[in-house]
Amino acid sequence: MIGGLFLHLALLLLFAPLLLGIITKTKALFGGRIGAPLLQSYFDLARLWRKGFVFSRTTTWVFLAGPVVGLVVPLLAALLIPFGALPAPVSFEGDLILFVYLFGLSRFFTALAALDTGSSFEGMGAVREVTFSCLAEPTVLFSLLVLARLSDGLSLNTLLGSHLLTAWQSEAGASLSLILVCLFVVLLVENSRIPFDDPNTHLELTMIHEVMVLDHSGPALAMILYGAALKMMVLSALLVKLALPWQTGWWLGDVGLFLAGQIGVAVLIGVIESSMARLRLPRVPQVLIGTSLLSIFALVLVLR
Amino acid sequence: MNFFNIALLILLTGSLAALAIRRSSLASWVGTAATVTACLFALTSSLHVLLTGEVLRQSLPWSVPGGEFALLIDPLAAFFVLPISLLSLFCALYAGPYMRHSGQQRSLSSHWFFFLLMVAAMLLVVTAANAVLFLATWEMMTLTSFFLVAWDHRQAEVRKAAWLYLLAAHLGMMLLLALFLLAGDICNSFNFSDFGPLARIPLGSASILYLLALFGFGVKAGLFPLHIWLPDAHPAAPSHVSALMSGVLIKTGIYGILRVVSLLPAAPAWWGWLMALLGGAGALYGISLAAQQRDIKRCLAYSTVENIGIIFLGLGFGIVATAEGHPQLALLAFAGGLLHLWNHALFKGVMFLGAGTLMHATGTRDMNRMGGLLRRMPLAGLLWIGGSLAIGALPPFNGLVSEWLIYISLARAGAGVVGFGALAPLLLFGLLGLVGALALVTFTRLIGICLLGEPRDPGAATAREADPVMLFSMGTLLTGCLAIGLYPQGALRLMARPLSQVVQTSPEMIAGLGQQVAPLGFAALLLVAILLLTAGLLFVIRRHRPLAQGTTWRCGYRFPSPRMSYTGEGYGEFAAWHLLPAFMRPTVNGGHIVGPFPAPARLHQESTDPVLVRLLHPLFTGIAERCQRLRWLQQGQLSVYLFYIFIASAVLMAWSIWAGGRGG
Repeated sequence: MIGGLFLHLALLLLFAPLLLGIITKTKALFGGRIGAPLLQSYFDLARLWRKGFVFSRTTTWVFLAGPVVGLVVPLLAALLIPFGALPAPVSFEGDLILFVYLFGLSRFFTALAALDTGSSFEGMGAVREVTFSCLAEPTVLFSLLVLARLSDGLSLNTLLGSHLLTAWQSEAGASLSLILVCLFVVLLVENSRIPFDDPNTHLELTMIHEVMVLDHSGPALAMILYGAALKMMVLSALLVKLALPWQTGWWLGDVGLFLAGQIGVAVLIGVIESSMARLRLPRVPQVLIGTSLLSIFALVLVLR
Repeated sequence: MNFFNIALLILLTGSLAALAIRRSSLASWVGTAATVTACLFALTSSLHVLLTGEVLRQSLPWSVPGGEFALLIDPLAAFFVLPISLLSLFCALYAGPYMRHSGQQRSLSSHWFFFLLMVAAMLLVVTAANAVLFLATWEMMTLTSFFLVAWDHRQAEVRKAAWLYLLAAHLGMMLLLALFLLAGDICNSFNFSDFGPLARIPLGSASILYLLALFGFGVKAGLFPLHIWLPDAHPAAPSHVSALMSGVLIKTGIYGILRVVSLLPAAPAWWGWLMALLGGAGALYGISLAAQQRDIKRCLAYSTVENIGIIFLGLGFGIVATAEGHPQLALLAFAGGLLHLWNHALFKGVMFLGAGTLMHATGTRDMNRMGGLLRRMPLAGLLWIGGSLAIGALPPFNGLVSEWLIYISLARAGAGVVGFGALAPLLLFGLLGLVGALALVTFTRLIGICLLGEPRDPGAATAREADPVMLFSMGTLLTGCLAIGLYPQGALRLMARPLSQVVQTSPEMIAGLGQQVAPLGFAALLLVAILLLTAGLLFVIRRHRPLAQGTTWRCGYRFPSPRMSYTGEGYGEFAAWHLLPAFMRPTVNGGHIVGPFPAPARLHQESTDPVLVRLLHPLFTGIAERCQRLRWLQQGQLSVYLFYIFIASAVLMAWSIWAGGRGG
């Protein structure tokens, strides 16, 4: 139990920034460049952590609450979700609701921290973030319901349990592949990736997530970046478990499989980012409504 | 029972005493003291019933025909007495400093007279055990709250709002009169204790009674689509009155429905589906419109429509689950709905009282004229943010616990039922998720535009922290929210007896319910601990690092002005134009630029209630126009009216002979 907890946290805290590095590297390779070193995000975090703070004169404690909550929430959410075949250290019946609402909490404070600066650009980012999540949230819930329908419990541990392997081979495989797509879209939206948001853009008007953290600096910015990396790993853990439901029976093998899956997701994100353009803003809600309908369809398929 | 009687006596004598005192400060003092002591007595008796399960009853003769001054505090009544007395207590404390300014211009004695009577009426409504007494106190509750809403009657919009409220409440009252006349006719008595035969009536008549109760009480409860009075009345009333009305007064409607359903025969599933679907629709409708409102109290009023919708969703699904033979699911759904009722009383209290402090400090209800208030009112702002977290069902507060119970009930129903019957609960589950996400839009907007950024108006720039007593009221209510969030088993244990009255259950099942929510409280505790730890770490680092101050980054623009920051309309626009159907969007007037040398243009955006404006308004105008055609009946001659009286008497006589002939 305690060992599992430490393994979980160690995997999360150590490997999360690496995924960002892999994405950047993949994009660089597609662009024909060598690109930043794989460990660049670790260097960035270390550098930011040593720096001082710059605060806007309008800000209050809420401005710092954003980074704190943004870091703590993925940390706590990670404890609820199994990493591949490694079971979640904290698990109880109905924890999937807590999982979803924890990310709601982090969104609440990120949006407030953005509005605390009084900048209209950051307000814009906050609006987009909270509005898009209105459409992403039903998708997540319906996808989790598909999993709940296939298992006999309501905790993420049972939802993403060992029955997935047999479920893939049964009639439910179609539903599972649909929700895999839906959850991947949600992963892209929630982590502000192309085609929904461009983390590397330099025009404030077109940003979503990046514009919300424009005024953060030093250790606070480090916390935000680290929190974002953790969030990505936690959300893609859901995908990895769905796509690679195998168990090796040896904990080191399970860890290897899980990390391989995470790296695969990161490479896939890099490929998508290299091969697609950002969607026009009004198109984003349409895509998200599409995935919501897709997830309802997946649900109807397993009801049969 | 004695404690409860003492509470009622204190409230009645207090109200008369307040009426007799001309000086505002003294009237406030008497009113507050009377409410606080009376509420403490009522609280004691309700806790006694909830903890011991002893049913308190008393009956005094009353000269009204069919009436009897019968009071009954069973666990279901005590379940409602508890929030009524708790919230009234803090609202009364808050009212003293809140009304001080208003009291310098006019005497507060009438305000306190009606306030105390309203508290007494609410306590009587939920404990009355006789239909005549119930209707009389129900009417007393409506009238006293009408006068409280109309406190600022010099403003035309307040008069209009109060009038709409009175009208809607009386339309509901007509349905209730019909309901209790029918019930009294079936049972030959107006005492609730003699309503036993109601449980054996055929389903058809039971359904009529149920529908009368659902819509009659639903008007008061703010059940969609009968909520129309709510968004106007809440902003018009003084803030502590809005808090009390939104927090507990409208819940008496839910009490009425639960009481009637408990008297009727076992409910068929469609009763529950009707309630749950109206609840779900109301939740979505309420929160979508809440995200559009500029007036902070109107925004909170729509959020009340949302929360009432969630409560109805829980209770309705509980009825469905009972009818279809799933007592476990029914228990979860009822527990969620009832707990949400308590929770809503607590956090809506915080939110309305907080809105009052902001109004008090800035002199406006318009969020676009606020901004930057967290720096000027740090404590009030902190409590308001806490209240928003609770109302948005975010951990570690209490809103999540009750919604979690409803979610689990819906998900289990969806996972357990074979075939497409499972789709309905699963879609409701998704709907609840959508409502939660929209609540996030609403409340980040409310907090962000009102409290954060820079002041957009001189009124906001000179705002000062609220009175300590006002902060104390808000703070205690918020502590209650946090306590239920961290230790939900305690609240559920307190609810065990009322729960067993509305749903078939056993002590083991209730104990199991406590065990199910316990991990949620544990997770909330863990969250608070890690948050405090990380925040402490950041605090320590901040003290050891160089700090610099600067202006916010505005893309290199050097002369920022608060007028450039995001407004409430701007924040709501994206959701309105991309998520909502056209009829729910706000109307935009003006803003057209004409000619080569245009004059300054004005743009005005307004969000009205689609049900009221597009549905009920045309309907009632149409009816009024039809009625115009009957005006030829009014000839203005005495002889014609005498003729009408003659016809009416003749018809009545004929009918009574005919009815008498049939042995009725």
